[in-house]
Amino acid sequence: MSNIKEFDCRPVSQEGAESPMAWTHQHHESRPAGQNPGVRIAEKAFLGHLILRGGAIVLDEAVRDILGIALPGRPNTMTQNDAGTHSVQWLGPDEWLVIVPGGEEAELETKLRKALGDAHFSIVNVSGGQTVLTLSGANVREVLMKSVVYDVHPSAFPVGKGVTTVFAKATTIIRRPAEDHWELVVRRSFADYTYRWLLDAAAEYGVTQERA
Amino acid sequence: MFHIYCPYCDEYREEEEFHPSGQAHLRRPADPANSTDDEWGGYLFFRDNERGVHHEMWLHAVGCRKFFNMTRNSATYEIYETYKMGERPSVTAENVGDLKRQSGVQAETSGWQTVGARPESESLNEEEQA
Repeated sequence: MSNIKEFDCRPVSQEGAESPMAWTHQHHESRPAGQNPGVRIAEKAFLGHLILRGGAIVLDEAVRDILGIALPGRPNTMTQNDAGTHSVQWLGPDEWLVIVPGGEEAELETKLRKALGDAHFSIVNVSGGQTVLTLSGANVREVLMKSVVYDVHPSAFPVGKGVTTVFAKATTIIRRPAEDHWELVVRRSFADYTYRWLLDAAAEYGVTQERA
Repeated sequence: MFHIYCPYCDEYREEEEFHPSGQAHLRRPADPANSTDDEWGGYLFFRDNERGVHHEMWLHAVGCRKFFNMTRNSATYEIYETYKMGERPSVTAENVGDLKRQSGVQAETSGWQTVGARPESESLNEEEQA
């Protein structure tokens, strides 16, 4: 058993907690949406993000046992449970991103460490470092086409795919968990920039922002 | 702009996602403490500046964040192949001519960088003759 000291960095109460989007929401008023907005932007705030690194076979076994979903073995893919609340995404040949509902990440980390035992692995809790923006609506693909160099056509980007790429010069994880539903995982320091880029790029189609 | 095949992501990505990381296949002296200044200095500081086939390391910086190797022509910018760390290149300066002939393409291993471009001295000489 490893002698790593674990620490649940989530406060007991979420009162006063601020997501990476807090500054943006405080400093920019919500724009009025048109009649039939082409793009809807929402934030999935305060989720639990873990970075798993290690060998695919041992990690797959542990993740299957504990989360009940398989580790995506093929590059640039993601797996999720039926409800879409828990997901595992391939980031590199020895690196995966696990996103779970907020508050579950510390317990998950403990369970994974126990299951993995003496295997060669690393688990890092990055929940505070990034946030998830969801995009939906008829014109999402047009907005993404303006922003990323990656091909987002359905033939190149089917449901279940997820890539790390350049979004308007910022490093962003883009994933497509459902047919009409895209997610951006953005770094805290790029959240305001990315969000305002999205508002600007989506303005011509009409955009609504759902604020938590 | 390069369209680079990442051997770890298993697909082509834009050059914007990559970062070049210098010459590949450098061999570190086995015993640094007892190597000569020439050996150690050569390993640390001196790099080949090949015209033609060149083996390089690249980093998929915005992506899987892995280093990999690329065989590229430094004169024509043609990318022959990319391969994972620890693997040996299948295209080298010695066999690139043969590979090109097999595929029916004229070998351009040490030619001018762009078609029609010639060294200054040669074109000047020709003008004098004319």
